[in-house]
Amino acid sequence: MGRYFRRKLLIYGVTFFIAVTINFAIPRLMPGDPVARMLTRNSVANPETSEALRSYFQDLFGLDVPLWQQYLNYWSALFRGDMGVSIYAFPSPVADVVLDALPYTLALLLPAILLSWFAGNGLGALAARNKLLDNTVLPVGYLFTAVPYMWLALLLVWAGGVLLGWFPVAGGYSFALTPAPTWTFFVDLVHHWFLPFLSLFVVALGGWAIGMRNLVIYELESDYSNYLQALGAPRRLVRRYAFRNAMLPQISGLALQLGVVLGGALVTEVVFAYPGLGDLMLNAIQSQDFFLLQGILMFIVVGVLIFNFLADVVYVLVDPRTRLGLEGGQS
Amino acid sequence: MTAGVTPDTEVIGKRSEHLYFALRNPKVVIGLAIVIGLLLLGVIGPFFLQGHPNDYIGPKSEPPSSEYWMGTTYFGQDVFAQFVHGLRSSYVVGGLGSFIAFVIGLTVGFTAGYRGGLVDEFLNMLTNVVLVLPALAVLIVISSYLEARGIISQAVIIGLFSWPWVARAVRAQTFTLRNRDYVDLAKLTGKRAPQIIVREIMPNMASYLLMSLILLFGGAILFAAMLDFIGLGPSDAVSLGTMMQQSKDWSALHLKLWWWFVPPGLAITAIVGSLYITNVGLDEVFNPKLREM
Repeated sequence: MGRYFRRKLLIYGVTFFIAVTINFAIPRLMPGDPVARMLTRNSVANPETSEALRSYFQDLFGLDVPLWQQYLNYWSALFRGDMGVSIYAFPSPVADVVLDALPYTLALLLPAILLSWFAGNGLGALAARNKLLDNTVLPVGYLFTAVPYMWLALLLVWAGGVLLGWFPVAGGYSFALTPAPTWTFFVDLVHHWFLPFLSLFVVALGGWAIGMRNLVIYELESDYSNYLQALGAPRRLVRRYAFRNAMLPQISGLALQLGVVLGGALVTEVVFAYPGLGDLMLNAIQSQDFFLLQGILMFIVVGVLIFNFLADVVYVLVDPRTRLGLEGGQS
Repeated sequence: MTAGVTPDTEVIGKRSEHLYFALRNPKVVIGLAIVIGLLLLGVIGPFFLQGHPNDYIGPKSEPPSSEYWMGTTYFGQDVFAQFVHGLRSSYVVGGLGSFIAFVIGLTVGFTAGYRGGLVDEFLNMLTNVVLVLPALAVLIVISSYLEARGIISQAVIIGLFSWPWVARAVRAQTFTLRNRDYVDLAKLTGKRAPQIIVREIMPNMASYLLMSLILLFGGAILFAAMLDFIGLGPSDAVSLGTMMQQSKDWSALHLKLWWWFVPPGLAITAIVGSLYITNVGLDEVFNPKLREM
């Protein structure tokens, strides 16, 4: 077990290191001079102003020292929690702007991914034992996984928001309300949260259901199932064993799917103008706020790594083989 | 599949046996028909349409009619013209992006699986790292730095970040195949490693590779659509994702111009969904155990 965790932690450490390095390298590797690009984007015509701005940006990026020192400075700034100042939300620090948006994304993402995982697994296991249900779950599941996240979100806004008028079409809460710990505000939050959540939930659901169905069918054909059946064990018992064995790949799948669902959450938030990281990312792109953009990426990477680690812990808790250091638990 | 139609495999050979079953599998036939039909529309369609898809040609916000098959946008652009051009760019991104990812995935997977040892340790670590990185977020940051965004550059960066699961699967399969007798025989005859991989190992997982290529293709189309939707699409071309972005930006939802945002998403769903269904069908074709189900 120790070896398993050491290996996992090493991978996550390396990933974090590489992500930071990519983040450092992108602005410097891209063709052209980042400072010149900032200047043209701010459309400064006056040469004097331009020169002043140039030295300001040089200083801001820390481009006046050798590359290796820039890299070290970047790391030390990161550990101090200093990710620069947002241009979009000037003069707030990037970390504060991202932390304000983070709860909204988490509130969408975590329930969507966990509930769809539970519901999808249940549905898939049911489909594996019922031919009639199987014939509907399978095509519908494939349809759901093929839907682009933002298109389903657009359809939901159009149907539930514009045509029926049941749900608000944009925002995280009504503009008439100010965030406060009151009951009205909470109801309003949930009212705005429901459609974005639903669209994420539905797209993710299909994949889990199909995966679980295939895994359960596979397990039911394996030797231990046949043996149990030959012994005359009740079908319920055999199915329960099959289900529990099929859970394991689904748990490691949970960690792998996170990146995909997260991408889905980003575009879904854009559709709903939901004030999470996706919407913030869009604003950062539109106002060419690269500090903010990279800060968001940094937060996302760290979040994904933490989630992956939690999934590993759950995997170990659920799978006795990994716990005892036997087979299983691929790295 | 009834038992009476089993072909005479000794005469026809293995490849045409697969083809025989593929053409009789409804999932494969329907899936491929949709994918190829939309591909043809994207390839041939633009030749019958004059002008640039973004030209302002007609009345504004017109619902679908015999003249404008999919209506017009808020600005009076022909949605059908944009749709046809968008299909074309989706297929280009899907094709090129999946090809790049496929080549990288195969190279890494085969090298790691066949060489083993330190090379494997390193490549496996690399694969796991890219696997954990949230691809879309990285793609967004990279493409936001690109000065001029085109379909090709988009396909390249998508390809560079979507290979790891292929590499992982290929590595695992190579591990099980590399100690087979026929591989040892090939080694004894003095063949070089690349030759052994291509001639001896690859044919044994050809079906699996074909199916991964199909999944990569669908994945690249979805990635491209998401990037386009955030506004990081090609600056000089129309794609299905930019159509959705435009329709959202100019509040087609509130103006109830459903013909503007429904077709592009529907096309992506149809393409990717059909690819998945084709894959399930192909699985039945390659794996005789599943055929009777």
